[in-house]
Amino acid sequence: MKILVCISNVPDTTTKIKFANNNTQVDDAGVQWIINPWDELALTRAIELKEDSSNSFDEVCVVNVGLAKSDATLRKALAIGADKAIRIDAEPLDAYFVAGQIADYIKNNPFDIVLSGIESSDYNGSSVGGMLSEFLDCPAISSMTKLEVDNGEIIIHRAIPGGKQVLELQAPFVGIVQKGITNEPRIPAMRGIMMARKKPLEVVSPVDLKALSHIVEFELPQAKASCRMISEERLEALVDLLKSEAKVL
Amino acid sequence: MSVIAFAKNWDGKFKKSTYELVSYAKDLASRLNTQTLILSIGEVEETELEKLAQYGADKIISVEDSRLNILSSRIYAEVISQVVNKEEASLVVLSDNNSGKAISPRLSVKLQAGLAAAVLDVPKSLDPFIVKKQVFSGKAFAFVQIDSDKKILTLSKNSFGIKENVVSVNIEKFSPELSDDIFKIKVRSTESAENKVILADADIVVSAGRGMKSADNWQPVEDLASALGAATACSRPVSDDGWRGHEEHVGQTGKVVAPNLYFAVGISGAIQHVAGISRSKCIVAINTDPEAPIFSVADYGVVGDAMSVLPKLTSIINSGE
Ligand SMILES: Cc1cc2nc3c(=O)[nH]c(=O)nc-3n(C[C@H](O)[C@H](O)[C@H](O)COP(=O)(O)OP(=O)(O)OC[C@H]3O[C@@H](n4cnc5c(N)ncnc54)[C@H](O)[C@@H]3O)c2cc1C
Ligand SMILES: Nc1ncnc2c1ncn2[C@@H]1O[C@H](COP(=O)(O)O)[C@@H](O)[C@H]1O
Repeated sequence: MKILVCISNVPDTTTKIKFANNNTQVDDAGVQWIINPWDELALTRAIELKEDSSNSFDEVCVVNVGLAKSDATLRKALAIGADKAIRIDAEPLDAYFVAGQIADYIKNNPFDIVLSGIESSDYNGSSVGGMLSEFLDCPAISSMTKLEVDNGEIIIHRAIPGGKQVLELQAPFVGIVQKGITNEPRIPAMRGIMMARKKPLEVVSPVDLKALSHIVEFELPQAKASCRMISEERLEALVDLLKSEAKVL
Repeated sequence: MSVIAFAKNWDGKFKKSTYELVSYAKDLASRLNTQTLILSIGEVEETELEKLAQYGADKIISVEDSRLNILSSRIYAEVISQVVNKEEASLVVLSDNNSGKAISPRLSVKLQAGLAAAVLDVPKSLDPFIVKKQVFSGKAFAFVQIDSDKKILTLSKNSFGIKENVVSVNIEKFSPELSDDIFKIKVRSTESAENKVILADADIVVSAGRGMKSADNWQPVEDLASALGAATACSRPVSDDGWRGHEEHVGQTGKVVAPNLYFAVGISGAIQHVAGISRSKCIVAINTDPEAPIFSVADYGVVGDAMSVLPKLTSIINSGE
């Protein structure tokens, strides 16, 4: 069985975001790019499943819709342990465009399980995984916190408000992962980095598809007013302020 | 033309966020000079449906089908799209919660309708249609233009507010056509925590970090939360180390919360944690280190040891002063 992990290439989580061209573009200068944190967890889990010889997962591929600046991130995914990377060579215009491109690739190159992250940390769309499942007309499991194989059956846990649900499912499906799917993302080892150089990174052309939305302008939040300090001896005053000034109690 | 709001119920009941969504849909419909329709899926009593009319629904469409008790984004998207087509609606709004996040992308593909997720306000402009949303995990905002004829928005919690707008009730039933082969997922078990305030819904959140030193020190956190009717939460290392469950992890890689009041106790205020709390109306930080970065995002701060500050605070709250 084959697993495909969708990888979004995003600025490192500590990046200070700046804009260019009258706030219409993100200023890429000095940005360090990483695998979107949830995608890293999804990839780690996919590799764990492949390494476990008691099941029939034998290939893990990663896919990204993006321009050449994604290549370093895809190489990192190969170094972590993916077998093959595919880059669909287009600017990721919106979630609909990205999902449509990946869906088209999958239609010609089927996978049993497709994993995406719950959200990309740049545009916070939480959309690509769900859209992909609709393009592929297959089930999607959102908020997936566990993916296991039990006697050949695929078992999935998903978070529901205030609890969790355990599901049984047949491939193909799209799993939209969140925290819990695995604990720590795997870090590339030296050997992995060496091997990654020889693994295939295939660049494919996009299909003709129109995006449905676009960003017209960015804005930075206003600086917050300074914090009002209250001494530990005067906690009654804090409670009063929360009631009368902030009006949140 | 019309605007449709998807009113999700939990065991037959609506929440405050549903009323906020209906209020928002009504506002959009007025701006667009059109009708507000509310769609409810699953078994909900008529008295509960009627509550929605307090926030301005021209028509409530109720789809009751016991097969729809299983929450499946695939089936729900199918039902919603049938209603959208029948009513010739042009704008669909959902709450930005677990189910809204799961359904809206599928609906977007079905209807070829552009989706703006987690919007924060009414549109900045109607033609072209431009809405504001958070990007880069709260470090910035973007104005997104939806270019398709049909449009879908999910509304961030606590971003519009609840606005009463009492109208007469008009409930209509609808029976969707569903093929059996989309009911494929088999549920083995469902677990839900009893009597716990759910983090995503909570108006007040008491969140604690590594400053608590050990999993055994959580009692004062629980006590303050229960005095306030608040949900408990934590920073990432706390859930990574298993001191608390993953469902409590707040931040860029955990949950994003937007309560009225957020207590950050023994949390340093790393940028990834702040990403998950920046939409809180009011933040109170309690920390031994006066230089902790959390104080630069907090509204009120107390420098002190959590193990002594929390019990004092709890007793003041409990004494009802
Ligand atoms: C890719 C990535 C994603 C991440 N995502 C998240 C995320 O989603 N959420 C998240 O929280 N973190 C996230 N992190 C981790 C983040 O960078 C910080 O490491 C983490 O938030 C620190 O947790 P903390 O504040 O509990 O602990 P610490 O940073 O160790 O802070 C503990 C604080 O407690 C104070 N303290 C100590 N003793 C006491 C006492 N007795 N009473 C009161 N205060 C006391 C200290 O002064 C200190 O400020 C992420 C990191 C990365 C790299
Ligand atoms: N450009 C992209 N290429 C491949 N996968 C992507 C891309 N953008 C988003 N994804 C996937 O979709 C998930 C959700 O992203 P988003 O809908 O943008 O919040 C991410 O965690 C990725 O798994």
